[in-house]
Amino acid sequence: MDKKPRHLMNPLDFSVEELESLMDLAKDIEANREKYAHACAGKKLATLFYEPSTRTRLSFEAAMLNLGGSVLGFASEDSSSAAKGESVSDTLSVVSCYADICAIRHPKEGAPLVASQHASIPVINAGDGGHQHPTQTLTDLLTIRSLDGKIENLVIGLCGDLKFGRTVHSLINALIRYPNIRFVLISPPELRIPDYIREDVLIKNDIPFEEVIKLEEAMPSLDILYMTRVQKERFFNEEDYLRMKGYYILDKKKMTLAKDNMLVLHPLPRVNEISVEVDEDPRAAYFRQAQYGVYIRMALILTLLDIKV
Amino acid sequence: MLNISGIQEGYVLDHIKAGMSLRIYHDLKLDKLTKGTVAIIMNAVSNKMGTKDIIKVECPVDAIDLDILGYIDHNITVNIIKDDKIIEKRALTLPKEIRNVIKCKNPRCITSIEQELDQVFFLSDPDTETYRCKYCETAYNN
Ligand SMILES: [Zn+2]
Repeated sequence: MDKKPRHLMNPLDFSVEELESLMDLAKDIEANREKYAHACAGKKLATLFYEPSTRTRLSFEAAMLNLGGSVLGFASEDSSSAAKGESVSDTLSVVSCYADICAIRHPKEGAPLVASQHASIPVINAGDGGHQHPTQTLTDLLTIRSLDGKIENLVIGLCGDLKFGRTVHSLINALIRYPNIRFVLISPPELRIPDYIREDVLIKNDIPFEEVIKLEEAMPSLDILYMTRVQKERFFNEEDYLRMKGYYILDKKKMTLAKDNMLVLHPLPRVNEISVEVDEDPRAAYFRQAQYGVYIRMALILTLLDIKV
Repeated sequence: MLNISGIQEGYVLDHIKAGMSLRIYHDLKLDKLTKGTVAIIMNAVSNKMGTKDIIKVECPVDAIDLDILGYIDHNITVNIIKDDKIIEKRALTLPKEIRNVIKCKNPRCITSIEQELDQVFFLSDPDTETYRCKYCETAYNN
């Protein structure tokens, strides 16, 4: 087996056509769980989490277990050999002997790329600092396509911390490849989308967008509302954080302004930006989104391992 | 007329911006050449540039990484010498990739903790001559 393994580092590593196949596979998995229950029998997924991210790790592990495979790995740097000073390169050379595929999460940007250069097995970037988190983006795309039936002719509201929000930047880069997508960017002035997205991505590609400050204003026009967390550590002081975090809380009252078929997405975990009273609204799609996260990871594992069912 | 006497085989790098020759000497790793003469001429008079630097190197013609020169300044003229004659003038272009010339300044980059990694940058936008770190994709600013 000297064929070079395929990795996933960036959501744009897959062309739109390849993404279509991946999402078709995820849909088939959703409809025929039994058919895939033993597809990865005898295969092992290594989850190498150099920083804790329980939700992402469990999603990967659930995906592999659903496919009949097994999992091994570590959940934080303390319990790994990195604490003893082993490099990512060396760790991967070793893990390649133990596992068939691996997902790596690392606080340093580019660490999964280094991993992929030293691995003889497929490597999936499960998040590297503020850089990329491709399986989140694939999850978002699959959720939109599954629940809306298509990824086109959509007005997509992105709300919250648009300045530092890695998920939002990746999602914009992924969505501009689809026809007739319009963005409404909803954030406090302090946390507006950075220039390298506004100028180099949106304006350069002639993508229509508007920037608004109030969530209420944007609600009526939206097909999708993508909520994100406003992270406390992004603020210089407590006072700024407390003043701003309340601006963008989605509650029942704001939901009355939205279309009947609007979807609310959120990468989770949430803090208080979506009030729990919204959970029972049929438009709240964030828990189904977490379920799609497992399906897309199952499809990804099968695709990277080149297993046909 | 450029004086190239004394070079059997090698390069004359002409039209170097005055003052830049020592950086180029360093970045081309000319101090690591095991044999061959290197001559640096600084503040030479230039019709085109006012003043310029010139570097003459005696070495095998494939011993120098011209990509690095393209990154530093693609207006430098590269004359390739064989048997005391200029046999070729080579135009420089912006290299697609540069290795171990500049260092990533992003403190969150994996290269900040794994020192043995090569420092690799790729040309992300030829119009603005922007290079980005291969690992974290942060743009390099001088
Ligand atoms: Zn870097």
